[in-house]
Amino acid sequence: MSTRGTALRAGEAPREKASLGMALFWWVYDRILPISGGLSLLLLWQFTIWFFDVRPFIAPSPIDVGKAIVEDWSILLDNFWQTLIEAVAGFVIGNIVAILLAIAFVHNKTVDKAYFPTAVFINTIPIIAVAPILVMIFGNGYTPKVFIAALICFFPTLVNMKRGLEAVSPASLDLMRILSAGKSEVFWKLRIQSSLPFLFAALKIASTTCVIGAIVGEWVGSNYGLGALILEASYNYRAPQLYAAVTMAAGMAVTFFGLVILLERKIITWNPSQNH
Amino acid sequence: MTKLEDTAAEVAVSFNDVAVRFDTGNGIITALENITLDIPVGGFVTMLGPSGCGKSTLLRTAADLTPFAEGDVTVFGQTPAEARKNRDMSFVFQDATLLAWRNAIENVRLPLEVGGGKTQPGSASPEELLDLVGLKGRENAMPHELSGGMRQRVAIARALVTAPRLLLMDEPFGALDEITRDGLNVELLRIWKETGTTIIFVTHSIPESAFLGQKVLMLEANPGRVREYFDVDLAYPRKLPDRDTAEFVAIAAHLRAQLETC
Repeated sequence: MSTRGTALRAGEAPREKASLGMALFWWVYDRILPISGGLSLLLLWQFTIWFFDVRPFIAPSPIDVGKAIVEDWSILLDNFWQTLIEAVAGFVIGNIVAILLAIAFVHNKTVDKAYFPTAVFINTIPIIAVAPILVMIFGNGYTPKVFIAALICFFPTLVNMKRGLEAVSPASLDLMRILSAGKSEVFWKLRIQSSLPFLFAALKIASTTCVIGAIVGEWVGSNYGLGALILEASYNYRAPQLYAAVTMAAGMAVTFFGLVILLERKIITWNPSQNH
Repeated sequence: MTKLEDTAAEVAVSFNDVAVRFDTGNGIITALENITLDIPVGGFVTMLGPSGCGKSTLLRTAADLTPFAEGDVTVFGQTPAEARKNRDMSFVFQDATLLAWRNAIENVRLPLEVGGGKTQPGSASPEELLDLVGLKGRENAMPHELSGGMRQRVAIARALVTAPRLLLMDEPFGALDEITRDGLNVELLRIWKETGTTIIFVTHSIPESAFLGQKVLMLEANPGRVREYFDVDLAYPRKLPDRDTAEFVAIAAHLRAQLETC
């Protein structure tokens, strides 16, 4: 068993966590540095804009962006929901297809050999180059955006899920054989659980890239969504609105990322590093 | 039971001129050759030999984990595959091989949930078995919360949950520290006495092989053959201090001399 925690120096007191008050103090203490770090960068940005007297349509200050968020809130929110629907749909579809394909690849070597190289090839095509093709095929509706968001999620999940399903130790497969377990029992009792840490690593990537996919889709052909708003605001030199839309998109991605981490903590209660 | 079955039941595992060969891709390697011997019912046989002599491979042929190219292996008069499907045997690996997402009791329960869940008559409950291996009260502990020795105890309880007639152990205590290993050796002898199961135990520790086994099967390498099937002439119950007696030291010295010339 390895040692955990921090080694104390001579005369150094251990972190007192006995009382609720002390526990609260350390909770705040642990969060105050990252928050004040972020705030200091915002202040630096604000100060630079003031100091060099940069005009708002070139680069707005954080206060300008904040004002834009408040003033354009209903426009931003309308477009936010459009992009959110596309990103979530793409996330769900892309990951489900990737998981099912990974299961098929792991269970059937012929399918794996025949189609995995194609999957790798599709991944090498720049997503921004695929977007116009999809718009030509599916038109201007939700479909091409969801498709692009799904496509960008697809590959990392496919590769990770495949690795995860195969990451069972030879000894646990021997154990299942001794127990005369069938293929489906090995899958449900062994492979699925050992793939979960790998799957969540991929879902964390997908949680932010699905937003990128939706926005790229909106750039190519759309008059709604945060992507469209970003393009429109930049063509019209409405820099504060542009920054506000970017902030909303980033907020969406961070929220997705946080939700995936929460789900991971809820599901993976064991220590994956001792996964054997 | 008919008389025929009675005579067959006296031998737990029978190896008859067994050879195991591996196709390495650039040639065939003979891992084991001319292995002929019987393991008696209720016996405790330890297997010793230089690394690469095929101790684990021989154990795995009985478990239906490694196929053999020649000869015949029977487990209670059946093929290894039949014995496996019949839940006649259990296997304990060097690594505890616990499922990390299941707590101790759920790991012990695994054999009851897969492969038909069949057990031999007289099986004990998972709770009783955790008690038997000294882990009462740790039923809900996750594997990462247990020490290496405790994890191996859970693995032994899991192996016993089907009440197997044969327990195959492949260096089960090889990765543990000496004190833990000694403690588990004493407990394994107690479990053997309480359950009456036949045990084949692979090790590379000379004292461990002599302390546990009624017989020590020594294999030599290249290719793996039987060097000696040695009777350990020491009475049970054996206690750890017995390892300092002149008889034990003489046996260990004999085994060491044999091992060095393998």
